[in-house]
Amino acid sequence: MTTAPVSKKAPLLHRLPIIREYRKSVGLQRWMLLIGLIITALILLMAIFAPLIAPYGYSQLRDDSGAFGARVAPNAEHWFGTTVGGYDVLSRFIWGSQTAVLVMIMAVVLSLFIGVLLGLVSGYIGGWLDRILVVVADAIYAFPSLLLAIVMAIMISGGQSDMLGGILAAALSITVVFIPQYFRVTRAEVVRVKSEAFVESSKVIGASSGRIMFRHVLRNSTRTLPLIMTLNAAEAVLTLAGLGFIGFGIEPSSAAEWGYDLNRSIADVASGVWWTALFPGLAIVLAVLGLTLVGESLNDLADPRLRTRRASGGGKVQSTSVQAEQADAQTDADTGDEEARA
Amino acid sequence: MSDQKSIVAIDDLSVSFATDGGDVKAIDGVTLDVHPREVLAIVGESGSGKSVTARTIIGLLPETATANGAVVLQSKSGGEHNIVRTSGERMRQLRGQEVAMVFQEASTALNPVFPVGWQIAEGIRAHTKVKRKEAQRMAVEILEKVGIPNAAERVKEYPHQFSGGQKQRIVIAQALVQSPGLILADEPTTALDVTVQAEILDLLRRARDEFETAVVIITHNMGVVADLADRVAVMYQGKLVEQAEVHELFASPKHDYTKALLDAVPHVGMGRSRAAARAVDRAEQRGRGEALEPAVVAKGLEITYAGRFGRSGFKAVKGVDFEIYPGEVLGLVGESGSGKTTIGRAMAGLTPVSGGSMTVLGTEMLGVRERDFKPLRSDIGFVFQDPATSFNPLLTIGQNVAEPFIVHGKAENAEDAQQQVHDLLESVQLPKAFADRFPHELSGGQRQRASLARGIALKPKLLIADEPTSALDVSVQARVLELFNELQDEFGFACLFISHDLAVVDMLADRIAVLLHGEMVEEGTGAEVLGDPKHPYTQRLLASLPVPDPVEQAKRRERLHELQSQ
Repeated sequence: MTTAPVSKKAPLLHRLPIIREYRKSVGLQRWMLLIGLIITALILLMAIFAPLIAPYGYSQLRDDSGAFGARVAPNAEHWFGTTVGGYDVLSRFIWGSQTAVLVMIMAVVLSLFIGVLLGLVSGYIGGWLDRILVVVADAIYAFPSLLLAIVMAIMISGGQSDMLGGILAAALSITVVFIPQYFRVTRAEVVRVKSEAFVESSKVIGASSGRIMFRHVLRNSTRTLPLIMTLNAAEAVLTLAGLGFIGFGIEPSSAAEWGYDLNRSIADVASGVWWTALFPGLAIVLAVLGLTLVGESLNDLADPRLRTRRASGGGKVQSTSVQAEQADAQTDADTGDEEARA
Repeated sequence: MSDQKSIVAIDDLSVSFATDGGDVKAIDGVTLDVHPREVLAIVGESGSGKSVTARTIIGLLPETATANGAVVLQSKSGGEHNIVRTSGERMRQLRGQEVAMVFQEASTALNPVFPVGWQIAEGIRAHTKVKRKEAQRMAVEILEKVGIPNAAERVKEYPHQFSGGQKQRIVIAQALVQSPGLILADEPTTALDVTVQAEILDLLRRARDEFETAVVIITHNMGVVADLADRVAVMYQGKLVEQAEVHELFASPKHDYTKALLDAVPHVGMGRSRAAARAVDRAEQRGRGEALEPAVVAKGLEITYAGRFGRSGFKAVKGVDFEIYPGEVLGLVGESGSGKTTIGRAMAGLTPVSGGSMTVLGTEMLGVRERDFKPLRSDIGFVFQDPATSFNPLLTIGQNVAEPFIVHGKAENAEDAQQQVHDLLESVQLPKAFADRFPHELSGGQRQRASLARGIALKPKLLIADEPTSALDVSVQARVLELFNELQDEFGFACLFISHDLAVVDMLADRIAVLLHGEMVEEGTGAEVLGDPKHPYTQRLLASLPVPDPVEQAKRRERLHELQSQ
């Protein structure tokens, strides 16, 4: 094994998940990650500061100078124009990010915990429990998420929903579809990690199954989760938009939602009104693109075989030798002693 | 030989790799020649750059590597090619025809979904236009030459239908079929048992004598070097430190590193005096009336691995008897598949016992329940084969070593056990500061010492060591074994020491048991088993073990051939 003498620990900032990956990346991969991060960060910022940035409320139809008017082309008052219903497109573009971020968070949180826990238990314990869970997961996997979301939407709020109802419908249906994904990925990792010698060595020590599962196996099996989380979030945004588009989404008076706006703009496109469809559509594309870019680059960077590196030319011979290591250990011991004396 | 044109001339070769931690130089200014029809051994510890040197010759460096210098390959037609500057199609033509490679793991070097004959023919047809039938005929011919019986029929079989040694023969056949000028063999026998290793070394010798190829063999086993090589190149930290004829190198090594390397190689017969001294001690104890209860007693022990879907199970251990007394080291020797690891695992309660009886520290292991066995676990230590994987990579060494204390309620958390952990690290000669390091930040030898520290954490009465040094370099192995010896003296635990290396077992064990296909064929003290082996298998095992001395090894080879012809 080539093990270099240990370098000093990197500062905490450089060891944080995404920053660590960013520092590792070069070239195209770095750009992909960077663009993805910027887009995602912009959407997050937009969601957090929506009340400050948006010129009008999401359901505002008039201001002091009177009604906005329908299908007004972009101008100084309404940068992105107004919709057929008389809403300001820019404001709904911005407020829509809030809905999107909420649905992402909900979908990820709900499915992450259940999926990972089930995967851990199923993979570690195995046997008939594992078989049943795998079959169930496969069955759910085959279920179209949008159909599920429609059923959810009808169940939760009779089809026409308020903000929470719409978000829940999208988040829950996504949860159902994504639990199997978290489950499968975690289970596969757990099955791999389970046969590693360090798990056996804890068994020999006499550690309980719970301790082995949570202290030794779980943390070693979470490598690929960030990737799925980003895909999960992207899928949640798409489902919410899909719900809105087919008319099961959130009422425009309770929250701004891009899919609903797209639905309303179908007729506009034919009559040459481009701004009502372009901006919400762009918002959906950007949100999904940003997340997917982050996810894909994280995946590539996590795998040493896919990670590109700077071309190398020089470098030093690493000390891989026993003699050198002995000396190294000796000096370490010496410094240790000195510290003890001091 | 120097008047001949060398088949490969490496001139001032340097190779660097781009890694996450910056660039690393793997080879630094190596200049080396390979002459026709000679076996050149490149030796050195892992990370010394020996494999990278070989891979440069065949142009198989990964994309992250940059090579500088020149590697000039002499082709059969007389042309010269500088490999460092050759790439793509030209390199592809050279590979196989001019230079071929034999990998360490024959089982992964062969594609499992194609018949072996097809795979050999594939290599031929990649370079020369021959009819499929003709290529097949050549495949049969070469398989016969490398010693595959019934080659004409077996040529249609798949890799899994061959044994490990046969697979390596097929890989060598694949390399030989185009009669390249040079074969690179990267640790070709490391994954094989000693008896099979001897056969493969014979085959490589024939490759030189009958096929007239040059062979570059990369190995860390000095016995293999003594057996096969004509000339030896010693690499250390990316540099070539010594180059000499094999007799000269073993007789009078010049460089300090070479001397240290040769000193570190264990010989059969090194541990005999020590074992004798302890046997006297034990006899005295018995004489004083201290009747010793054996720590482990096995009687007719049977272990079966359950078969799948109604198929009958596989019996890994078939009726083995042995005893281990407190303070005694029993060395368990055997080839892969002999059931030695299974016995160790059963002793630690990792594999259930299916028949006979085994009593570990007074508890019957046949049908034992985990709940009943758990309290005993604090009295049993286990040292795993590969120290790289036996530590949780996300916990520090300190936290890992503290686990036994926490699990058995002797400490609340890792900080609580800090003092004990430091003491333990000290007893395995690791500095205290290492407790804060992560496993990947330690070298193989350091990790295995930390693993020993964890094994003896709770002062166990019984320690099971499963090939604890087989993943280590020779020089590191020597120090770990020495340490093991000291710890055994100090703590006086009973020990089952599992190894495939007779010389290692001989250094440590009081008594040696030899396993063959799940049955114990011989048991006795080191002097009895290794000095005067009774069973033909033990004799063969002992004769197959190459010794690091070319003159002595040549004699042993004769004797092995005699044994085999009997």
